[in-house]
Amino acid sequence: MSTSPALPLAFDETRKSGGALSGILSSDMPRSKVLTFILLAILVVLAATPFLFSGSQPLSTAAKICVFIVLVASYDLLLGYTGIVSFAHTMFFGIGGYGIAIALERLGPTWTSVAIGLAAALVLSAVLAVAIGLLSLRVRAIFFSMITLAVASAMAVLASQLSGITGGEDGLSFQLPNELRPAFRLLSEPILGVAINGRLIAFYMLFFVALLMFLLLLRIVNSPFGRVLQAIRENEFRAEALGYRVVAYRTTASVISALIATVAGALMALWLRYNGPDTTLSFSIMIDILLMVVIGGMGTMYGSVIGASLFVLAQSYLQVLMEAGSKALAGVPVLPNLIHPDRWLLWLGALFVISVYAFPGGIVGRLRQAEQ
Amino acid sequence: MRRVKREHRIDPKSGLALLGPMRKPTVTSSATTTPALETRGLTIRFGGHVAVNNVSCQFSPGTLTAIVGPNGAGKTTYFNLISGQLCATSGQVLVEGEDITFLPPSARAKRGLGRAFQLTNLFPELTALENVRLAVQSRAEAGWSLLKVWNSRRDLIAKAEEILERVRLSDKRHIAPKALSHGDQRKLEVALLIAMEPKVFMFDEPTAGMSVDEVPTVLELIHNIKQRSDATVLLVEHKMDVVRSLADRIIVLHNGTLVADGDPAEVIASPVVQEAYLGVEVANG
Repeated sequence: MSTSPALPLAFDETRKSGGALSGILSSDMPRSKVLTFILLAILVVLAATPFLFSGSQPLSTAAKICVFIVLVASYDLLLGYTGIVSFAHTMFFGIGGYGIAIALERLGPTWTSVAIGLAAALVLSAVLAVAIGLLSLRVRAIFFSMITLAVASAMAVLASQLSGITGGEDGLSFQLPNELRPAFRLLSEPILGVAINGRLIAFYMLFFVALLMFLLLLRIVNSPFGRVLQAIRENEFRAEALGYRVVAYRTTASVISALIATVAGALMALWLRYNGPDTTLSFSIMIDILLMVVIGGMGTMYGSVIGASLFVLAQSYLQVLMEAGSKALAGVPVLPNLIHPDRWLLWLGALFVISVYAFPGGIVGRLRQAEQ
Repeated sequence: MRRVKREHRIDPKSGLALLGPMRKPTVTSSATTTPALETRGLTIRFGGHVAVNNVSCQFSPGTLTAIVGPNGAGKTTYFNLISGQLCATSGQVLVEGEDITFLPPSARAKRGLGRAFQLTNLFPELTALENVRLAVQSRAEAGWSLLKVWNSRRDLIAKAEEILERVRLSDKRHIAPKALSHGDQRKLEVALLIAMEPKVFMFDEPTAGMSVDEVPTVLELIHNIKQRSDATVLLVEHKMDVVRSLADRIIVLHNGTLVADGDPAEVIASPVVQEAYLGVEVANG
């Protein structure tokens, strides 16, 4: 069978949509043995983190990976699938975080507060996404990007100025509902030496919500709607001429993306029991998201899993690794300084440049190509 | 001579225009069918340049109208005004009597205006089959389904394959347009148009740049479209032999103005067309 090098087997209709796995993955299989293995490994390790590692650092890293997979996947819906460059994604992430933080701080640590905070955040995100979309998705792409940048900056300033509500630069710390607190015990006896406490419940809640969100996004990008988004990315002019109302499709895509980012922000806040400008709202997170999408592979949902996992791991452990390396090389001239932990951003940058240069389609694109 | 003929054609039309709001009873009583497509005084200015100047014309179902004229005559601009890529400075576009002048291209497509483009205009990285399937999906109004998997609609895929078969691209259905030959891209362009099942088919130089042996396939497709259905076909074409073999009617645009309209043999023989095609510019003082 002849296939285009650009889209290997992306549209093999002979692949009958059957089977439970194919249904869960919306017919969008990893299409590479290595990729399948890596994805399974990430899934298993994330799911089993509480039982595989001790201490709070690995669990927090795993939780952060879950949140960022959702956040990056929702951004990829915009960037990779629809071809929209938005800089307002952290704004929606932040709205989710502040929704939870403000509700739990003001209304007390109950599940009702969680529901109210999340609902309010979702509504605000949807309204903002529709407004930005309708006002600016008609104009040229660059103006849209600029407008999102302006709105996101305004939001960040607002969050730090309204310190009475948002806690300003300090952010908000709050109590979680009883069932999610470390002191809460679901079972009196530990399993496999791990106490089944509120922290563990919080982790698995986060894990399953993240998994659900990811599968939902995977379904959306492989739906007839998702196919239209890709057509718009390829040639919006022609998509419109075929009868697809491009503005409506784009606006819907940005609303879905915003809502899912809001959920991710809520999860992040619930996990950290804190929300502030630096954890959800800052522009540097926006840049991180961009890097994760590009490293993983734009326009492939699986890319977000790989990109987020790699990036968060590097963020958490590259410094540790470099410190060990630096110490091991003590005595050798120049080298210890070069891999001094303070230079970790330099190396991350170098890794990024190399990966973009070597794998323009991201890691997923490269792996799928290798399978051919 | 031509001028007189044109004036003659426009008069009854402006009469119809006045009766626009109650077109249906009027049309039945006058025993003519509603034009599938009509432009009334369609004009567009770019600064001081009038690219399309007050073009009024009706196109009836079952008729293939060729639009000819020298380069820069405003043929493609006229098409863009009809299908909505450009907005008219003044005048109206009507599909089956409904004013669509201010609708976006997607809404016009939904009302039955199908357009194939002069410069190939496809989804370059999606497969040929997906290109056609997207057109079929639009026709089936299936684009707003978010929670189904695309390939659960086997009927759309089957239909897209059938259309690819018609344009003889079945064996290349997994190839993306950017890897297809120019001729195959043109055929795919026609396939997208067929997939939209429009009431009005608009072809903008469908055979431009094609190799000689590929041209008959496309011409046959266009001929079949006309034969099979009660479609209204508009064809912008430079090759006079193509026009002669396919067209039921020819209209001539020159400097954005409609200068001749009528039976193919008659129009081709007319001085206006001879002037325009032999390059004996008189109007462009």
